[in-house]
Amino acid sequence: MRRAATLLRLAGLGLLLAFLLAPQLFAPLFAPLTEGGAPPIYDQGNLGMLALAHLATVLAACLGSTVLAVALGILVTRAGGQEFLPLSRAVVSFGQTFPPVAVLALAVPLVGFGEKPTLIALFLYGLLPIFENTVVGLRTCPAAVLEAASGMGMSARQRLLTVELPLAMPLILEGIRISLVINIGTATLGSTVAAKGLGEVIIAGLLSNNTAFVLQGGLATGLMAVLLYDAVAALERRLCRTARID
Amino acid sequence: MSSPGFLLRRPASARDAPALHGIDRLGALLTLVGAAGLFLLPFVAFKANRILPGDPRGLEQVLPVWAALTCWATLAAVAAVALLCANASLRLAAALAGLVVIAMALATAANALTPPHNRIVRVAPGAGFWLLLAALGLLATDAITRMRPGPRARVLLLVLFLGVVGLTLAHGTFDNVSVMREYAVNSSAFALAARQHILLSLGSLGAAVIVALPLGIFCHRAPRLQPGVLSALNIIQTIPSIALFGILMAPLGALAAHVPLAAAAGIRGIGAAPAVVALFLYSLLPIVANTVAGLKRVSPATVEAALGMGMTRWQTLRSVELALALPVILTGIRIVLVQNIGLVTVAALIGGGGFGTFVFGGIGQAATDLVLLGAIPTVVLAFSAAVLLDALVERLDRVRQ
Repeated sequence: MRRAATLLRLAGLGLLLAFLLAPQLFAPLFAPLTEGGAPPIYDQGNLGMLALAHLATVLAACLGSTVLAVALGILVTRAGGQEFLPLSRAVVSFGQTFPPVAVLALAVPLVGFGEKPTLIALFLYGLLPIFENTVVGLRTCPAAVLEAASGMGMSARQRLLTVELPLAMPLILEGIRISLVINIGTATLGSTVAAKGLGEVIIAGLLSNNTAFVLQGGLATGLMAVLLYDAVAALERRLCRTARID
Repeated sequence: MSSPGFLLRRPASARDAPALHGIDRLGALLTLVGAAGLFLLPFVAFKANRILPGDPRGLEQVLPVWAALTCWATLAAVAAVALLCANASLRLAAALAGLVVIAMALATAANALTPPHNRIVRVAPGAGFWLLLAALGLLATDAITRMRPGPRARVLLLVLFLGVVGLTLAHGTFDNVSVMREYAVNSSAFALAARQHILLSLGSLGAAVIVALPLGIFCHRAPRLQPGVLSALNIIQTIPSIALFGILMAPLGALAAHVPLAAAAGIRGIGAAPAVVALFLYSLLPIVANTVAGLKRVSPATVEAALGMGMTRWQTLRSVELALALPVILTGIRIVLVQNIGLVTVAALIGGGGFGTFVFGGIGQAATDLVLLGAIPTVVLAFSAAVLLDALVERLDRVRQ
């Protein structure tokens, strides 16, 4: 069962790479979806480069969300920062109630067209899952373990770095994974304000009424999200194993 | 409300930390943010027409001296309460007073800067106004959280808030503010967009509940099929919304072209039909997953007891299992509704209507006011839906306990 799943993932990765590097191979598959001699494969840019730009935007935004959300999560679980918990929670959930399209549109007058509005929108949108999981992870550390750590003479800082964060790591990673997957899809919206990414392919398809473009942009993005989800899940499993052996 | 009894009811986590020399640290942070908005950033932006970049104006430049002084004095008093006072009701009152003052200042500034009968000049809220709004809004949110209102009180607060905002807007207090200018031009389109937005989000939710609830029950009863169904639904979630909208345009267009009945029912390749179908597909996962999770929480002993009492399978499912799982299922519905309200904005790209029409129109014309005309109601709608459903979930949880 496990091996079949691994094989399936490798096949998916191979398929994605093949499509991004040599898209013309897939032209016969998409040709029936086009009308009036329209190109079956996106021809206004390099799909591989677009996918890389897409991934880079998502990873950069996710790095930002992770740093802020984990820092906030640590702050509000310390004795001195508990008063900030309700407010932090309100801010990060508001970040997700605010539709990304609106964030994009409002960021344009401030920072101009391109990647920056997308980065802001994805950054805000990705905070909630990471923050909530960090808080839950740090709060559910067994009290006995914490007492043992303090009893061993660890300072609060040492305890946080060597005991609490490693124990909370699987949950934090799960939060990052959720945020990544949501944002891979959401990043396509960035192309409405001229960010480079696979959304460009979809928008081009919508504008020229070419379903083949829409489908290939959508499927490539979806496949990327699934593969990334699995990759982080594998990382999580590995970390959990190490934690148990120690 | 300042009785010791009220102090005892405060959440242990919120106020345990000793304040620094009697100064509330959260209040200090919000005061800093508010002061930055008031003194470093423009309160309004004056634009000669709707697409020109704004000319920044400070509060003291746009208000008569007495008004500016009143405004500063009130905000200073709000800051003092935020810094020194621990009583949550007083903090809430101060935050609300601050909000009223900056709203009035905005309206006054807009009226003062707009020449009579001029329909071209725009006075837009500036970065300073938005920052003050954020600081005061957060102060109010924090105060409300500290008061721990029950579900009914929260809904009441929401209704009050919406009522006051609605009345002032209807009264025309803000008619000279740029967003309301944009509204005046688009008022009939706005009513249509509001109707479409609500219908699209609720319609797709309704359809999803009808399908997802039985599907969730089925997954609960047949655990072997559960991983398959859930991963299929998971995969749908990874397809980006604009792509799913686009992908559905082709088959629905073909359906409309070949089946006259479908075309007569209003199904078309562009417009509402692909939007509803896409939103429906996205809505399935949270509801199915939460139905399964909710049913799993019901202990087998409870189910057996119900069966032992002579209840039929169907009765047990309806009045025991589903009743007990309801809060969790509703949490799934809450996720879906808030998500749908946000996603409907994207549907405007394929002609689905809704507030997204203004957002994308605004991007296209580089008109920020038009973007705000679409964005603000969307956020208010999503926020209201979240508050209402959260209150409902909590109420059901309480009733059960």
